[in-house]
Amino acid sequence: MRDLTAYKAHELNKMYQNKEVTVPEVIKAYIEKIKRDDGAIKAYITLCEDSALKRAEEIQARFDAGEKMGPLAGIPIAVKDNICTKGIKTTCASKMLENFISPYDATVTKKLDEEGLIIIGKTNMDEFAMGGSTENSAFFKTHNPVNLNKVPGGSSGGSAAAVSGHLAPVSLGSDTGGSIRQPAAFCGVVGLKPTYGLVSRYGLVAFASSLDQIGPIANDVTDIATLLNVIAGHDEMDSTSANIEKKDYTLALVNDVKGLRIGVPREFFGEGVSEEVREAVSKAVEQFRALGATVSECSLPATDYALPAYYIIACAEASANLGRFDGIRYGYRTKNYENLQDIYRNSRSEGFGEEVKRRIILGTYVLSSGYYDAYYKKAQKVRTIVKKGFDKAFEDYDILLTPTAPTVAFDIGSKINNPLEMYMTDILTVSINVAGVPAISVPCGKDKEGMPIGMQLIGKHFNEETVIRAAYTYEQNVKKEEV
Amino acid sequence: MISKEEIKHIADLSMLNLSEAEIEKYTENMKDIVEFANSINSLDTDGVTESAFALDSYNVFRKDEIKESFDRDLLLSNAPSSNGEAYSLPSMTV
Amino acid sequence: MEYEVVIGLEVHAELSTKTKIYCGCSTEFGGAPNTHCCPVCTGMPGALPVLNEKVVEYAVKAGLATGCTIARESKQDRKNYFYPDTPRAYQISQFDLPLCEHGKIDINTDGLEKTIGITRIHIEDDAGKLAHDNYTGGTLVDLNRAGVPLIEIVSEPDMRSAAEAVAYVEKLKGILEYIGVSDCKMQEGSLRADVNLSLRPVGSEKFGTRTETKNLNSFRAIARSIEFEIARQKEVLESGGTVYQETRRWDDEKGEGYAMRTKEEAHDYRYFPEPDLMPIRLSEEYIHHIEEHLPELPESRKARYMNELGLPEYDAGILTSSKHLSDFFEAATAACGNAKAVSNWIMVDIIRVARELGVEYDALPFTPVQLAGLIKLIDNGTISSKIAKEVFEEMVNTSKDPEKIVEEKGLVQISDESAIKEVVDRIVAANPQSVADYKAGKDRALGFLVGQCMKEMKGKGNPQILNKLILEHLQ
Repeated sequence: MRDLTAYKAHELNKMYQNKEVTVPEVIKAYIEKIKRDDGAIKAYITLCEDSALKRAEEIQARFDAGEKMGPLAGIPIAVKDNICTKGIKTTCASKMLENFISPYDATVTKKLDEEGLIIIGKTNMDEFAMGGSTENSAFFKTHNPVNLNKVPGGSSGGSAAAVSGHLAPVSLGSDTGGSIRQPAAFCGVVGLKPTYGLVSRYGLVAFASSLDQIGPIANDVTDIATLLNVIAGHDEMDSTSANIEKKDYTLALVNDVKGLRIGVPREFFGEGVSEEVREAVSKAVEQFRALGATVSECSLPATDYALPAYYIIACAEASANLGRFDGIRYGYRTKNYENLQDIYRNSRSEGFGEEVKRRIILGTYVLSSGYYDAYYKKAQKVRTIVKKGFDKAFEDYDILLTPTAPTVAFDIGSKINNPLEMYMTDILTVSINVAGVPAISVPCGKDKEGMPIGMQLIGKHFNEETVIRAAYTYEQNVKKEEV
Repeated sequence: MISKEEIKHIADLSMLNLSEAEIEKYTENMKDIVEFANSINSLDTDGVTESAFALDSYNVFRKDEIKESFDRDLLLSNAPSSNGEAYSLPSMTV
Repeated sequence: MEYEVVIGLEVHAELSTKTKIYCGCSTEFGGAPNTHCCPVCTGMPGALPVLNEKVVEYAVKAGLATGCTIARESKQDRKNYFYPDTPRAYQISQFDLPLCEHGKIDINTDGLEKTIGITRIHIEDDAGKLAHDNYTGGTLVDLNRAGVPLIEIVSEPDMRSAAEAVAYVEKLKGILEYIGVSDCKMQEGSLRADVNLSLRPVGSEKFGTRTETKNLNSFRAIARSIEFEIARQKEVLESGGTVYQETRRWDDEKGEGYAMRTKEEAHDYRYFPEPDLMPIRLSEEYIHHIEEHLPELPESRKARYMNELGLPEYDAGILTSSKHLSDFFEAATAACGNAKAVSNWIMVDIIRVARELGVEYDALPFTPVQLAGLIKLIDNGTISSKIAKEVFEEMVNTSKDPEKIVEEKGLVQISDESAIKEVVDRIVAANPQSVADYKAGKDRALGFLVGQCMKEMKGKGNPQILNKLILEHLQ
């Protein structure tokens, strides 16, 4: 019997249209697969078996009734566990929210539902999206489906592993400093961080409000574009949501990069970027050139400063965003209290994991009296410089091409005791969030152990189309075996 | 250089209890991280304005129109302690 | 040593928008606990604020009405602190770029004019309410008020006495009511003041250490807490002690202020720009449009009452001190056409009644039209002013129309000359001594005779006719 979990979402859609397969069959296949394989991968925190099957029947009935269905109707989707889903637990992989059932749906959750996508489960992540390996989950570590001894990356490690391990055809992640792109690169899948403001953040449990963005993870660029169509769009519930005209990103699925100007910023190939990553990305550069793009080296001079600025801004915002977890209205409350102070201090100390506390402390420190100007204010100025650097580069280029991560996925446990070293793994992705531009990670090779390498294609604000077109062209022209 | 006393003060502001061992550990971590954060100071930012956002948007308002409030039971459903009408806490001077 | 008192006020006024500042929940007062709430105002994970446009408009109105400069570029900031009435653990306020700055208002105390500077007006969200739980002895959190929009109006340290502070708040309250941005109901907490107070030796330029007494929600509490704090600080200084910078509470029942625990003061609010909200940019057209449509302010009404209606300055000042009172005055005057009479009733009786009942002038037990009706009954001779007082008290007690009260109680004035003459003849005949006294030049005897006749007629005699007939009889 054919393996229904081997298909891309757009392939499943055709099969639904042609009545080759039913939605419940697909959902059941995935549930079986998850039950079989997720014990080793551990991508999911919550599996929504009953609700997904029930929903599958409903969607199938609509197909059977001949209703006109969207391109992702009946497609199972894994959702990162920091996106609120009414009636389904939203834990942020934290003891703090272990039993939290959101009373409302995130805007993206509503959109998924309206388009007939079926949430099959909620995925593991670094606690409150703080980390780059999914080792900071309060519950368990997720393993990289390509090699179970390796981390899947993070913080959207569960969402990337689910897609890579065929435990879902598509998933949603969130990306504050690389949290979609880096795990996509580590797991050998495609992940897009849209322009800041393209996708509503309403209902995304905030890590760093000015940097967070929800985005799609999939096995190919077509599914990325199709899913982006579903989740993008202005939302009046999110003041930072961009009020721009809705686009059809599948129109950018064009196999042509002739004349496309690609810049390769040299700062992204510095020390710390492994030889094999360099080689794979250089090869991709040559392939783009062969496909008719004009490629040349360029410079983003403030790149080195983006990482410290990112950690200052992200942790500062996080320190305030996580204040609400106080054991009063929802979430974990300590058993050990006599007064209000105990509730605050003990609930937070017991409910948050080590990395979350570390970032709250850093964030509180940089905002505290006497340090604000030296850190937060300065970082906000660096943000201006980083943005201008991108603006300037985009005067000459349509796309910037870099490695997504300095190395391939590392061994589980190898970096967990050195926070700063862990932070350094974000060096190639954070400046994109600081500048707010869109970027996609596409597989571009493997190292000698067979671990995937990803390249990052960065576009101008709200120019996801060009990013998608470049990624699609590469994907269509480079043999799967090569990547 | 960040001191243990500062870490304790910051933990107080953040409503976190830290054990002696944790203070020790976080102080060590923070020394590295703060030193790393200090590296931004070598970038000349004279005359540069701060950006709170990557995008230049402003005046995002909503109309003063009533939307139905939430079902109270649903709002209170996640509360560790409530009397069915309000969130409840140990006694404090009100 | 002689000390000078230095007072600055922070006044919080709830804006009378329909919905909260960052979500569509109602701002209506009352309501069962936590029924005007949603994920946004209860600080649910993932919920985001969106600014109510009316809040900006109202704050700008308040700024323009107090002579402030309106910021063309403004933003909101997070103020971080943990307290159970603050669900996100930060208040969204404004730190370094408030909407309005550098205003002033004029006050008048004991005939002395003085200008009080306004440092700034900014927008922010109100906190929830904490209540004692009688069953468990614990504390209950109600977030209905959480997210109700506030403006905070910060004054310069320009006041020198409790009287000036009260006059300033009265004036400010009047202005906010006039421009319709706040209903300023102090007993509901929609207008409340924090008093910053310090003493310094007379002649000294340097400010002393100040204390902040928070959340005063009546003029009486403002005045008494200031007197208390002046006395306390004086005592501390005179005994060689030190005044500490601290936050204090006022217990209005006990008439005492006390310092809040120092732990709560160890604040470092870590303000930073609110990353969930975009900056505010106001155009010249926007500000100009609001300025042009600003309603008539108390100063201008007062001038109109003096110039057009001929009221004395003192009366005009009192009438315009409250928008509700002034609106009452205007409505009653429009209905009866006798501004002076309406003014007299307000000055003598209505202010007293409102005070006795403890109600605002928009919540009196009778309407302006009913008062106008009463005045018309006097003006057309149906009742005497004396009877009118009786009718008025009945209106206070029953809210009935004055015409109906007069009819039910049979209070219609007797103007029938023959009926009055009959009484006069009888009283004069029965009081020969008074008649003799009057004729001997004792004018007081006349008053006695009039009084006796009125008594006989149960007060319903038309006083003019009665006077005339007695005089005729005596001559």
